[in-house]
Amino acid sequence: MSLLSIESASLEFDSKRLWHDLSLEVQEGEFIALIGPNGSGKSMLLKSIVGSQKLSGGKISFLGAQPGTKNSELGYIPQHRATDAGLPLRVSDCVGFGLDGHLPGLPLNSSARKQRIADALEQVDALSLAGETLGSLSGGEMQRVRVAQAIISRPKLLLADEPLSALDLNHQMKISELIDEQRRELGSAVIFVTHDLNPIIDFVDRVVYIAQGRHTIGTPDEVMRSDVLSELYGADIDVVRNQGRVVVLGAHDHEHHEDERWH
Amino acid sequence: MDFSDVINFSDYDKLLPLVTNSLIAGALLALIGGLVGVFVMNRELSFAVHGISELSFAGAAVFLLVGLDVVLGSVIGSLTAAGIIAFLGDRARDRNSIVAVLMPFGLGIGILALALYPGRAANKFGLLTGQIVAVDDPKLGAMALISGIVLVSLVLMWRPLTFASLDAEVAEARGVKTTFLGIAFVMLLGLAVAAAVQIVGALLVLALLVTPAAAALRLSSSQLWVPVMSVLFAMVAMVGGTLLALGGTLPISPYVTTISFTIYLIARLIAWARAKREVVR
Repeated sequence: MSLLSIESASLEFDSKRLWHDLSLEVQEGEFIALIGPNGSGKSMLLKSIVGSQKLSGGKISFLGAQPGTKNSELGYIPQHRATDAGLPLRVSDCVGFGLDGHLPGLPLNSSARKQRIADALEQVDALSLAGETLGSLSGGEMQRVRVAQAIISRPKLLLADEPLSALDLNHQMKISELIDEQRRELGSAVIFVTHDLNPIIDFVDRVVYIAQGRHTIGTPDEVMRSDVLSELYGADIDVVRNQGRVVVLGAHDHEHHEDERWH
Repeated sequence: MDFSDVINFSDYDKLLPLVTNSLIAGALLALIGGLVGVFVMNRELSFAVHGISELSFAGAAVFLLVGLDVVLGSVIGSLTAAGIIAFLGDRARDRNSIVAVLMPFGLGIGILALALYPGRAANKFGLLTGQIVAVDDPKLGAMALISGIVLVSLVLMWRPLTFASLDAEVAEARGVKTTFLGIAFVMLLGLAVAAAVQIVGALLVLALLVTPAAAALRLSSSQLWVPVMSVLFAMVAMVGGTLLALGGTLPISPYVTTISFTIYLIARLIAWARAKREVVR
């Protein structure tokens, strides 16, 4: 049985078709890149897997159950956005919520729990931030804390929504490698939403490319080709490969790394 | 008016037994008020507290007029307001406008009911500005019940609610029922407000449900110390205010609000001094 199974899923909003008849079986340990222009519904696919967005058609099952029923087996890294500076919480509290924030009760802190928090922070190169308040962090620091929060529970499936967007190149590499390492060690699957395949191109097993309400799925070599993407976009797209990097020309020219929302 | 009206501690030993119920009720109120206040701050619900308290007042006043139980009326008014705010005011902007619309409406109904009420004036104003000697045994029982419900529920939802307040998106993804928790908390807030209206009065509920937590947040960001200090501050204001009010003829509320406000000022001063010291280093 696959870890995550998406069967001819589709999603429409006010007659705008985001994706249609999307089928995907994700196996343990698989690294999937989810690529597409702004507004193509990448984040919405994650929300459907999580169970907070209903499909217009088709079905999704995670660990053999409906979305929303086994979420404690999930890790989730949200898109970067400004944090609420007023909230009186520390970095270690924030990371700890990734472990037990969904359980009822008071936020008590055992030494084993503290150790796991410290380990997770260590992995993202942020142990020194443990006692800081969240409001005092920079965007990149906050993003690393979010990664720690998502991996601390050793999730079976890690959903990452543009986790690298606020990070400098050095940390982009570190975080990508960390996520890759995690899935190899724990056999957890990764669905990684990104604009740019390059930071993770060495790790990715399959690419799901969504554009214009259509999609195509395959290995990076199968998908990141001029003819395949031209057909997907219905326009001339050039895919240029150079020293192991891949650049898509013609599709992303007008894009910015901003909130993926349509209005 | 003589100064001895404000503070006069002769006969204090004879007066004290009269307010035993009020002291117990006040301590209960400080406990739940201080704890609820932490989430009121985290979830930016200060204005909603004010709106709920006005409808709580309206409910109490109407029940007083028709000869029914005042606490029950207060609870019904509170929960109605909390329900409207919880279900319609999902986003902060909507919530603020809904509260602003509800508030004068609630006050209006309450004042109408009081104007028609033929009883003593002290009873009337008590609902707005507070009263200490009005806590009889049934009322204390009702307040203990309300406090118990709020306390147990709050302990159960503390961690997921904090998680949801921090980042609703991630909390939801991890399986926290954020919508349910949000609504449940506003209903608990409604109960706490209804209890507070009985003693400090509708106009001054904020001094108990917001000021202590706001002061605590100036001093700490610890998940342990913020609630502990918030309860402590609320306790000092509430119990201290009651004891002071006993020695004079003034209503309880100015004492409670003044103590509460003074604590907040001191907290700000300490925070300011700390920040300055940090800069010097």
